Amino acid sequence: MKLPIYMDYQATTPCDPRVVEAMLPYFSESFGNAASRNHRYGWEAEAAVEQARERIAALIGAHPKEIVFTSGSTESINLALKGAAQMYAEKGRHIVTCQSEHKAVLDVAKHLEMQGFEVTYLQPDTTGRVSAEAVAAALRPDTILVALMWANNEVGTLNPVREIGELCHAKGVLFFTDATQAAGKIPVDVEADHVDMACLSGHKLYGPKGIGILYVRRKNPRVRLVAQMDGGGHERGMRSGTLNVPSIVGLGKACELARLELPEESARTAALRDHLERRIFGELDFVYLNGNREHRLPNNLNVSFAYVEGESLIMGFADVAVSSGSACTSASLEPSHVLRAMAVGEDLAHSSIRFGIGRSTTREEVDFAATQVIAAVKRLRELSPLYEMALEGIDPKTVNWQAHH
Amino acid sequence: MAYSKKVIDHYQNPRNVGSLDKSAPTVGTGVVGAPECGDVMKLQIQVEGDRIVDAKFKTFGCGSAIASSSLATEWIKGKTLDEALAIQNTQIVEELSLPPVKIHCSVLAEDAIKAAVHDYKTKQALEAKS
Repeated sequence: MKLPIYMDYQATTPCDPRVVEAMLPYFSESFGNAASRNHRYGWEAEAAVEQARERIAALIGAHPKEIVFTSGSTESINLALKGAAQMYAEKGRHIVTCQSEHKAVLDVAKHLEMQGFEVTYLQPDTTGRVSAEAVAAALRPDTILVALMWANNEVGTLNPVREIGELCHAKGVLFFTDATQAAGKIPVDVEADHVDMACLSGHKLYGPKGIGILYVRRKNPRVRLVAQMDGGGHERGMRSGTLNVPSIVGLGKACELARLELPEESARTAALRDHLERRIFGELDFVYLNGNREHRLPNNLNVSFAYVEGESLIMGFADVAVSSGSACTSASLEPSHVLRAMAVGEDLAHSSIRFGIGRSTTREEVDFAATQVIAAVKRLRELSPLYEMALEGIDPKTVNWQAHH
Repeated sequence: MAYSKKVIDHYQNPRNVGSLDKSAPTVGTGVVGAPECGDVMKLQIQVEGDRIVDAKFKTFGCGSAIASSSLATEWIKGKTLDEALAIQNTQIVEELSLPPVKIHCSVLAEDAIKAAVHDYKTKQALEAKS
């Protein structure tokens, strides 16, 4: 067992060795520019790119021509939201999204607000889910775009994408979904799910960093976007710039592996996640699941350990690499905006830890992590004035705290 | 974030963890911070004459908050009340090499000392009256 055990798979994943192997020839041997039409170097590169496009399309149920290569989901989100808003501004200037989206969506939405668009930020329910009814109620005649994620990166909650997609198609509103956490983890089918635009990043599914795609629907409806990068008109004019062939090949391989191994991998990670959850909930009191027990990613577990602060908890099991929703792990001093949107109290938001189960996670590692985290929580509760109060029957929530920052 | 050796030492081996009898007239209790801010410190002192003979703490907070309060109890033990009140958060920052984002932890520890002394003095004043 290699320490520290990596359990932060929602942040990033290691490149699968099979992906690296597939990429290697495209650095120094088949190094051509995929846009070079006059020689074998270019043709080889182009063929490799087209094969990758097919593999990526197959993972999400799209047509290869609907795949636009980008540097990753953040860029894809910028292109999708800004590109669609600018293209369809004549039709309307209203956009619907949600408070628990990734910052990449929220920041682009704020940018669009400054440019005169109106954005409705729906509040998810306490499990992090947005219902199709809530979306329907937010739609207006001038709504041009709905942007809601497939799976939440912090709590793993899945939105009812198909229902929202059907609603959007019925109302003639474009539907963008951030599939960064969903792709390769759960079945994703842009056709059956009525998705018009979707993004994913290579490094979240055992591919390389710095490569991703935007899926842009070609018909029913045909989605048009204003390019955000001007240049040689690559990628059907939507994203100029010489294609990053080795990374594209790697992303293609990663998507192929994800598609072939998904049924088995999803069941395996879910079983390990459930084991971790059972141990934590069986051996500790005052622990709370953040997210939706029914509609969630198979490989994600987000738990609040009441009366213990997240950063100190992570320090207490340094041999396990995880993330916390506590403010202390970031420079912002604000706890997770996702947990806040879900109306998880700020005290519990500060106490949250996200565990990720990945392709190489073993049961031995999960047991090691569980033992470590349980011991750390118990030790820190010995130090916690809030746990002492809780045991005395005083709910710290009822105390009038003199907050000073 | 990388922690200084001293922060890690206090976190792993916190000094003076525990509670004193908060109803005792010779004990002063200071509780500062708030759960929604991610830090709560409880610092208690046992006083004889005007000297702190024992100190205990419990802290909910990050490693730096735990270290700041652990260090504070270490420093005030054996000091007079006035000497304890003279402890500045900047001394804690220096001793633990706290980065700027963690300075609030040292401020909280200074506040906890002051709150405990204040509580003790208030109790003594009430005792004197009755």
